[in-house]
Amino acid sequence: MLPFPAPPFMCIFMEKPSTLLDKLWADHEIFRRDDGTSLMWVDRHLVHEGSHHAFAKLAARGADVAEPALTFGVADHYVPTRGRADIKDPDIARMIATLEKNAQAHGLTLFGLRDPRQGIVHVVGPEQGLTLPGLMINCGDSHTSTHGAFGALAFGIGATEVAHVLATQTLWQRKPPAMRITFEGDLGFGVTAKDMALGWIAELGADGARGHAVEYAGAAVDALDMAGRMTLCNLSIEGGARFGMIAPDAKTYQYVKGRAFAPKGDDWDAAVAYWATLRTDANAPFASEVRINASAIAPTVTWGTSPEQAVPIDADLPDIAALPKDKRAAAEAAYDYMGLRPGAPVAGTPVDQVFIGSCTNGRLEDLRAAAAILKGRKARVPGLVSPGSALIKAQAEAEGLDAIFILAGLEWVASGCSMCVGMNGDLVEPGKRCASSTNRNFRGRQGLGSRTHLMSPAMVAAAAVKGEITDVRTMGET
Amino acid sequence: MPGWTRHTGQAVHLPLENVDTDQLIPARFMSRPRSDGYGDYLLYDVRRNDDGVLSPDFPINQNAGASILIAGGNFGSGSSREAAVYALVDAGFQVVIAPSFGDIFSSNAVNNGVCPARMSREGIARLTDAMAGTFVVDLEKRTINSDIATVSFELDDSWATKLINGWDDIDLTLQHADQIAQYRAQRSKQNWAWPQN
Repeated sequence: MLPFPAPPFMCIFMEKPSTLLDKLWADHEIFRRDDGTSLMWVDRHLVHEGSHHAFAKLAARGADVAEPALTFGVADHYVPTRGRADIKDPDIARMIATLEKNAQAHGLTLFGLRDPRQGIVHVVGPEQGLTLPGLMINCGDSHTSTHGAFGALAFGIGATEVAHVLATQTLWQRKPPAMRITFEGDLGFGVTAKDMALGWIAELGADGARGHAVEYAGAAVDALDMAGRMTLCNLSIEGGARFGMIAPDAKTYQYVKGRAFAPKGDDWDAAVAYWATLRTDANAPFASEVRINASAIAPTVTWGTSPEQAVPIDADLPDIAALPKDKRAAAEAAYDYMGLRPGAPVAGTPVDQVFIGSCTNGRLEDLRAAAAILKGRKARVPGLVSPGSALIKAQAEAEGLDAIFILAGLEWVASGCSMCVGMNGDLVEPGKRCASSTNRNFRGRQGLGSRTHLMSPAMVAAAAVKGEITDVRTMGET
Repeated sequence: MPGWTRHTGQAVHLPLENVDTDQLIPARFMSRPRSDGYGDYLLYDVRRNDDGVLSPDFPINQNAGASILIAGGNFGSGSSREAAVYALVDAGFQVVIAPSFGDIFSSNAVNNGVCPARMSREGIARLTDAMAGTFVVDLEKRTINSDIATVSFELDDSWATKLINGWDDIDLTLQHADQIAQYRAQRSKQNWAWPQN
């Protein structure tokens, strides 16, 4: 008899180690074609006003929604943040009415304009307990990767794919290779998930994770609260990745437990038992591995028109000659568009206005972080604060955060995508410079000729107080 | 959607990196129904001067009849808006050649009969050495022929098959109705995975 008799079947049945992606993929794969494309089951499908093309495609086929109970509508992209009682713009009114009409016709639950649960789709899903570990979640919006923060397979799709999910509750998809970004060590004071995201994108490029599913791991990721994890996963697409994900843990369960649509009782116990298996096994192979020292990350700010054009707050704007050859023309055009010059420090760049909100940084934790800087201070420039959901707005008001923003001189408005995408009329005027807690600094994103600097909500608050881009770490307590 | 195997047309070179879908179609046009036509919105702000007039120097303003767009890296990054592809299609484009594409853009392109052809920067340089004349794009051979060069491109096999056959995914999927029903029956046993209320 051997001293330590390992059960012999262990060797026979031991499967090769799998990544979180492998596990989630296997659990949703209905069928795989010979060409390697998988037919995947969709557990939650979220639609918004912009899904009108997909509903039109469905109507053109005379098809019904296959699984109305798994399909949820949210009014966010076009909703006004002010003057909702009387929407003046007929296009906007029509977009919201069309969503209502489609939701009603197909029997979908809708978090519409006047619903107390209304908000931004990627905030509402988690908040309502629709977003759970182990689900596949799709939405016709590229920031659907946000839901990956719970250990879900979540990615944005186009209108034809939205119509396909509506009609069949499934999606054809090729399994992407997995990439792991490990943040080792701890974040420093004043450094957030936003800075982690802008940091890796600046390092790897706006297509640095193209074609990959990114899993975030490491001590600094474990230490993030769920709001921070959502911010990190949200920005995956800005680095080219359609998927971002984080293995669920006790913080995830704690966040989900008790939410409206989340499992309860025995179902909860069964869920947690399964969710505990959703971790990348030791030695599981990744197509690409990146390690980043979290303690070396500073508050980070974009200076150009691509999210990869970002620098730490204590750095100078890059010299064009110092950039890789294929980035120089774009940098030159970005400097021209942004009205900036190479070599100048990014700190001290004057801003005309600020925006705090969006699916990236519109959560309660984000509002608290911004309010902590603004408390007892005045903003030198105007700005909007739009909470991620109506429930967050109510909670923020219960905590007195609205009074802090209003006393500082900022406008406290209703929830929606607002000035992140400008579809609802909340726009930055041509040539104006906006410090923004959002996700895209693209040319014209916040309005024709707008100049966007992406940064964390606390950094936006600091910029508001100083009237220029400022290192939040120098602001101290009031 | 009609399938196609070979496409012959004129090409236009847009040597810009990171042309995101916000540039391909600004958000303000996206509430319009597709039946209005999206071609005029393609690169609406980028192709105009500050005074709103079409810039005569901008490449696609000089090549009204082009159907093949040769672009820079990370083309179609950003927002998932399929309207970016509608704008290309309605402006007459059937092929986009670039060193890399946004992932969602690529799927959207194929779903609308547009080929997102990945090509090395060297290959693109060979093609753009002489832009006059017609180009022939061959999905089976994965090549593009100009008067002076033949350059190969990359395209996933499944996407080439789909473009060639003009497949509608919903029709394909409905052929797997039994497998979907089986999966659903299994998934139904996992109560936790369904919305509670």
